[in-house]
Amino acid sequence: MIHDFGIVWTERALLLSGLANTTILSVLAAIASLLLGFALTPALMSKHLAVSGTARVFVDGMRCVPFLLFAYIVYYGLPSLGLRWDNWTSGLFALIVYNTAYMAETLRGAWVAQPREPIEAGVAFGFSDLKLFRRIILPPLLLSAGPVIGNQTIQIIKDSAFLTIIALPELTHAASSIQSRHYVPFAAFITAVFLYWGLCLVVEAGVNSVGRLAEARR
Amino acid sequence: MSGGDIASIFQGAAVTITLSLIGILIGLPIGLGLALLRWANVPVIARIVAVYVSMLRATPLVTLLLLLFFALPNIGIPINPISAAITALVMNTSAFNCEVWRAALMNFPKDQYEAAQSVGMRASLRFRRIVLPQILRVSLPGLVNEMSLLIKVTPVLAVVGVVDITRAAVRIGAETYDPLPPFLVAIALYAPIVFALVALQRWIERRQSAAEAAA
Repeated sequence: MIHDFGIVWTERALLLSGLANTTILSVLAAIASLLLGFALTPALMSKHLAVSGTARVFVDGMRCVPFLLFAYIVYYGLPSLGLRWDNWTSGLFALIVYNTAYMAETLRGAWVAQPREPIEAGVAFGFSDLKLFRRIILPPLLLSAGPVIGNQTIQIIKDSAFLTIIALPELTHAASSIQSRHYVPFAAFITAVFLYWGLCLVVEAGVNSVGRLAEARR
Repeated sequence: MSGGDIASIFQGAAVTITLSLIGILIGLPIGLGLALLRWANVPVIARIVAVYVSMLRATPLVTLLLLLFFALPNIGIPINPISAAITALVMNTSAFNCEVWRAALMNFPKDQYEAAQSVGMRASLRFRRIVLPQILRVSLPGLVNEMSLLIKVTPVLAVVGVVDITRAAVRIGAETYDPLPPFLVAIALYAPIVFALVALQRWIERRQSAAEAAA
């Protein structure tokens, strides 16, 4: 058993590049889907039925489709429509589009729960729409939505593991190749599990420090 | 895509639904058991459960599944795709269920528990009559939410060769060189199942908040 971990250690470069790819994918997807979620949230709350209805169909639709199936469709299905991407583009696109729906729904919940008074005071002070959003709405929204955004980021890290099916060289894929090359399944996959755990603990620590910041500023 | 192909996706649906149901039915009580071990603060074991749950919640199902499927035979435990799939689903969902149950247990009013103690109820009766009915109500939306998440991760089971909706669709796509139609059929099967659970969760939440408003 110790010998098996020794083999994994000699393959650490592969495992670390998998970890790096998982991290890059997750960070890019988390930032992009958060920003797109911000753009989509006002649409969800729009007074125009056509706008809010379309946004709602997209968000609820994504929430009803398994991520793995969605990734398959983007990678294998879209070429039938003339869109042919490599596995990185497809994987990242799938992660971003899928999680944008979840981020938008999360932000909508936090937005609705915000107190009305500061926003009305901002309007009374003559803030422009953009300035109102940036200075009055956004800071408390981010602080209060912090934990849920953190949870969604952990979900993105776990979703990125599914992209191993389209041969994207992320952490699970790296563990799979080590296991098939040396036949050390337990050592290879348990190391991957610990690395995923470590990543998620880092995200949780980040969320907790944001929470403390929010507590201090209240 | 022929009629037979569609029929084989429906056969996959039966596998997906059966495995999900088994996962839910076994995962619910195990999650409750884990939550109770933490709630009762059993020395050492409570710590182990906390670490186990934290780790499983961070592990992608596909990684867990590959670990079980390849590593168990390696240490002498033979396992087929179906039992690996069920074990992985149960381990995964019970960790999440544990957190839902635990949140409800932590918010359970202590005075009721002490009142039951003072009228001489035994621990098992106390749990069955006083605690369980109330935490069940509080946990229900979270548990239903976890069920919809469980169904959404079942396509992963195809990776070890379980012929569920997704694997059937992938196979037809590979045979016909036109993957889009079978994938769309697959979505048409998953979406209503998940949507029904999401709608159920919303309905329970609405009903509970209406009941609270009336009280």
